[in-house]
Amino acid sequence: MGIYSKPVVLAVTSALVILIGTVVTVFVPMFMPSTQPVSAYVKPYTAIEQEGRDIYMREGCNNCHTQTVRPLRTEVLRYGEYSKAEEFAWDRPFLWGSRRTGPDLNRIGGKYPDSWHYRHMHSPQSMFEKSNMPPYGWLAENRLDTSNSFRKTQILGYGYSEAEVQQQIADYKAKVSAPDYDSKATRDQVTPEALRGDLTEMDAIIAYMQKLGRDVKAMEAMQ
Amino acid sequence: MAPFHTIFFINQIQEEGMNDTGYDYSVVKGFAFSALFWLVIGLVIGLWIAFEMFNPALNLTPWLSFGRLRVVHTNGLGLGFGLAGIFATAYYMLQRLTRTPLPFPGLAKAHLWLFNAAIAAAAVSLMAGLNTTKEYAELEWPLDVGVVILWVMFAVNVFAILIKRQEKQMYISLWYLVAMTVTVAVLYIVNNLEIPLTLFKSYSLYAGANDANVEWWYGHNIVGFIFTVPVLAMFYYFLPKATGLPIYSHRLSIVSFWSLIFAYLWTGAHHLMLTPLPEWIQTVAIAFSIFLIAPSWGSVVNGYYTLQGNWDQMRTNYLTKFFILGITFYGLQTLQGPLQGLRTLNAFFHYTDWVVGHVHMGTMGWVTMIISASFYYMIPKVTGRELYSVKLANTHFWLILVGQLAWTVTMWIGGIQQGAMWKATNPDGSLMYSFLDGLTSLYPYYRIRFVSGVVYFIGILVFGWNLIQTVRQAPSAATEA
Repeated sequence: MGIYSKPVVLAVTSALVILIGTVVTVFVPMFMPSTQPVSAYVKPYTAIEQEGRDIYMREGCNNCHTQTVRPLRTEVLRYGEYSKAEEFAWDRPFLWGSRRTGPDLNRIGGKYPDSWHYRHMHSPQSMFEKSNMPPYGWLAENRLDTSNSFRKTQILGYGYSEAEVQQQIADYKAKVSAPDYDSKATRDQVTPEALRGDLTEMDAIIAYMQKLGRDVKAMEAMQ
Repeated sequence: MAPFHTIFFINQIQEEGMNDTGYDYSVVKGFAFSALFWLVIGLVIGLWIAFEMFNPALNLTPWLSFGRLRVVHTNGLGLGFGLAGIFATAYYMLQRLTRTPLPFPGLAKAHLWLFNAAIAAAAVSLMAGLNTTKEYAELEWPLDVGVVILWVMFAVNVFAILIKRQEKQMYISLWYLVAMTVTVAVLYIVNNLEIPLTLFKSYSLYAGANDANVEWWYGHNIVGFIFTVPVLAMFYYFLPKATGLPIYSHRLSIVSFWSLIFAYLWTGAHHLMLTPLPEWIQTVAIAFSIFLIAPSWGSVVNGYYTLQGNWDQMRTNYLTKFFILGITFYGLQTLQGPLQGLRTLNAFFHYTDWVVGHVHMGTMGWVTMIISASFYYMIPKVTGRELYSVKLANTHFWLILVGQLAWTVTMWIGGIQQGAMWKATNPDGSLMYSFLDGLTSLYPYYRIRFVSGVVYFIGILVFGWNLIQTVRQAPSAATEA
């Protein structure tokens, strides 16, 4: 009965007891490369894609959308090839989610043109009358803040130089504001005139959508 | 076994006879009414997002969009209501069970004020979109630092009072409080290690599968050590108090305690079944999840047997039914949880509303029932007043019971339907339903869920009214003396 009259001993013993499972299932795997394998095919996010990912997090999209396709027949039929560990090597934090009020997004990249996303983000109900997704048209009214973009890629260890990050931003701006951009008409519809020559939060989150699940296809093709 | 629990029972009775002067109850009251306040706020937000699920028109502004509000709901109720309820009852039980006044009442008071400021700041920051996205750990890093400071402020009083205590043995409830104090600190700090970018933004220290593994080790255990361990502390203390019956078996409670806190930490990965997390971690989690049925039911059985020969109290003592129904939902919860963790069942149920129903049986059934009953017992004691109305307490009981059952059963049925529609294929092997077919088929359930939530919410308003009226009365003659 000794331990039940010694609070400090009880606290230390409790700490040791809870740490056994913690060490075995959480701490040890952290030091095993097989837990989070890396693949040269899976590239870090560009500065714009990362800005889009941060907006995805800010809006709590992970509360309704998962980003893991499970190795189940109907799931692969619905979403595409099941998720591989390698594709998440750059993800801080992970965004696998826990509930599918909306569909999984791990293989959304390249599935639809940008114009589809502009229209859908602006008004999901205009495309799917009964959808319960909140409209995100206001993202196109917010100029994208890129003042921290370089520092973000530094912290996340993406290995870009400041010039590379500036180039990525300039390239993407040039892409979406070009007269021959394939989704120009839809983008112009949802973007206020003053911002059409600039980057908006909507542009960034769509860039992020289009990145999801694309690199891994090259890896899968090699396997 | 008999001598042990007899000794504890006698201690409790002795402690009851002690003069109340010297105990600091102001912080108990403060946390109890804070809990009530955040409970009402959290439920209003819950109703708001429940409505958004079948009618997106309520996504009026970015601040009120589902993605932002859902985390205000979970954090508001988990941290605001849950933790405040735990702090209120812990400051009460600690003083009574050690027969020692709070060593640092000023620190406890600061804890109370800082706590409420932190919850308010948390709600505002989450609505503003400062969200790390790690479930139940969404707060950005400056608030994480605040939470750690708050926890230390609490822990100082916990350990100081235990060291200074007048009572030699520490009763079961105190072990549970010690285990909570230690474990929540470890969980919170490890999962929230982040690299700050600005005051408002940080990135997780861990990447990909490791981040997922850390997060669900945390996510599962924070539920365990906030919604299970301290609520069991309340159950083991307030059930004997409210019924006048000693806990059936002290030995069973010892075995349950150690096996519960040992096994819990292995099971987080059952939230990551069939994801890219290494399969061995998933399988170990399944095994320990099944094992966890034993210690969980150890407490359930202990509760039931405590009432043996006195089951008439379910009718005659309004508090007994809160405790017994509460522990029953705990028992169902701890059977359902491990079963959902099995790979084949998980493949069907995971990501559906079934899991949402599961969580809410625990929170609306077990946690709220036990905290409600503990408050009904404790508030009259700390204010020197009789409970305003037993009749209203009974109304509260039935409203939250019916509201919760309708809520959870609706979500289970909806979850089964959605899981089945996701899996359904035509004879040629193609998918039978689009994703949207599955979602829109749930809208009738979402409407029923909203109505059930309203019933539950009315029950909670009755609870709040009853406690407020209790405090507003003149002190009762019996306790005044």
